[in-house]
Amino acid sequence: MRKEIILAGFGGQGIMSMGKNLVEAGVKENLEASWVPSYGPEMRGGTANCSVILSDKPIGAPLVETPEEVIAMNRPSLLKFEPETAPGGTVFINSSIIADKISRKDIDAVYIPCDDIAKELGNIKVSNMVMLGAYIGKTGTVKAETVKEMIRETFSGKKESLIKLNIEALDRGIRWVG
Amino acid sequence: MKREIWKGSEAISEAAIRCGCRGFFGYPITPQNEIPEYMSYRMPQAGGVFVQAESELAAINMVYGAAASGIRVMTSSSSPGISLKQEGISYMAGAQLPAVIVNVMRGSPGLGSIQPAQGDYYQATRGGGNGDYRTVTLAPATLQDAVELMQDAFDIADRYRNPVMVLVDGLIAQMMEPVVWKERETDEAFDKSWTASGRQGRSRNNFITSLFIDASICENHNELLRKKYTAMEERECRWKEIMTEDAEIILVAYGTPSRIAETAVGVLREQGIKAGLLRPVSLWPFPSPRLKELASQSHVKAFLDVEMSMGQMLDDVRLAVAERKPVMFYGRTGGMIPSVSEVVKAACEAYEEVK
Repeated sequence: MRKEIILAGFGGQGIMSMGKNLVEAGVKENLEASWVPSYGPEMRGGTANCSVILSDKPIGAPLVETPEEVIAMNRPSLLKFEPETAPGGTVFINSSIIADKISRKDIDAVYIPCDDIAKELGNIKVSNMVMLGAYIGKTGTVKAETVKEMIRETFSGKKESLIKLNIEALDRGIRWVG
Repeated sequence: MKREIWKGSEAISEAAIRCGCRGFFGYPITPQNEIPEYMSYRMPQAGGVFVQAESELAAINMVYGAAASGIRVMTSSSSPGISLKQEGISYMAGAQLPAVIVNVMRGSPGLGSIQPAQGDYYQATRGGGNGDYRTVTLAPATLQDAVELMQDAFDIADRYRNPVMVLVDGLIAQMMEPVVWKERETDEAFDKSWTASGRQGRSRNNFITSLFIDASICENHNELLRKKYTAMEERECRWKEIMTEDAEIILVAYGTPSRIAETAVGVLREQGIKAGLLRPVSLWPFPSPRLKELASQSHVKAFLDVEMSMGQMLDDVRLAVAERKPVMFYGRTGGMIPSVSEVVKAACEAYEEVK
């Protein structure tokens, strides 16, 4: 098993942390994992993205050239990474703010109104967790329970109120693709 | 053992703390700001000293002073900042002071870019300041390597009383991957009788300097340093190999390009090309003896050197291989990172030429 994933969106949409969640869940499931952020002037107001690789073998090159799966949280990300997606791959699209449909016929697309669902839950910030839920629900790359366990660990103590919200967001994403 | 996810810069910093580093003096520069950021809160927790100096020059001279007191001490910077530190590094080599300098390389020359590069190979391996000196230069390719090589770096610095350079490209500093923290048994006791740490019953103060105004004394001092560098060459050479036993084409790369080359070797093998990888872990001393051996083996047809520079380590590869086998080169610079497919293509072309 080897998964090469690109996660992309505006700075502030929780792109890097979504990638980190995936990597941490992978390590919990005894996979090899790597996370590389795009790091450049585009960090200021433009798109941020990260390359995540999960594999049952040593990873070697950590940059993703042709992602099998792309998570696009905003329109510039879709425009940039749809052409780079591997044939047969899947693009996950935050349809709350991306009106476009994909133009390629050799890849799949999953449209999730992440921002709308997050707003229903009362906090736009969990939009990324809705997307993460949809992603793992569709691909099974890591188990939902592993991610929930991490959420419980991350928000222990003072931030405990966030556990329920994040798990709910994750579940809503999973249900959307289920 | 437990695998923890770490970010490169922070893993390097934590490793330094765990091997007893108790002084950090630095000045901010991208892409290594996570090192001083981490040190700013972690170093005081460990009972050490963190100073954000007013400049790189101040920082390296604080390192000089702290090293003279006998504690384990380090600084970090990125390419242009490391250039500014060269005077201090030369002085430390001259005054025989141990310290670890981490260079997270970015695009160059001048201010260049903030993306990963490897253009400081010459500077690191030839001694970037004035004079006949060397710094052992260690180049990690994974975060596991990075944390283990930090221990080596501090030990080598203390063993020879000489600055040691840890040379990483920006990608390794910024990426995250799992790290296993291993307790390392070390029973090596390092001589600290030379330090400026109080007279301790001696009849006179220790005097630490790189100034030897009498030419013959200065020459003797250089002889003494040369003996140390010869010992380092004999004892501190490190490298790793992958599938070189039957390789017809051997890729040579360090840092991030060695990870890319490793994946490329897998792709080439699937295509039926017998490829292998030699990764120098110490860039100085360079694993020339091993390269020379490989170059003499009949199954080896050519070498392909891969770097994120215009070809600097290439000189060392050519010196070692000499005229025994052809040496080809593929490089990207300025912050661009070679892709696996580019490296595979370059290797195929090299292979076509010699097969």
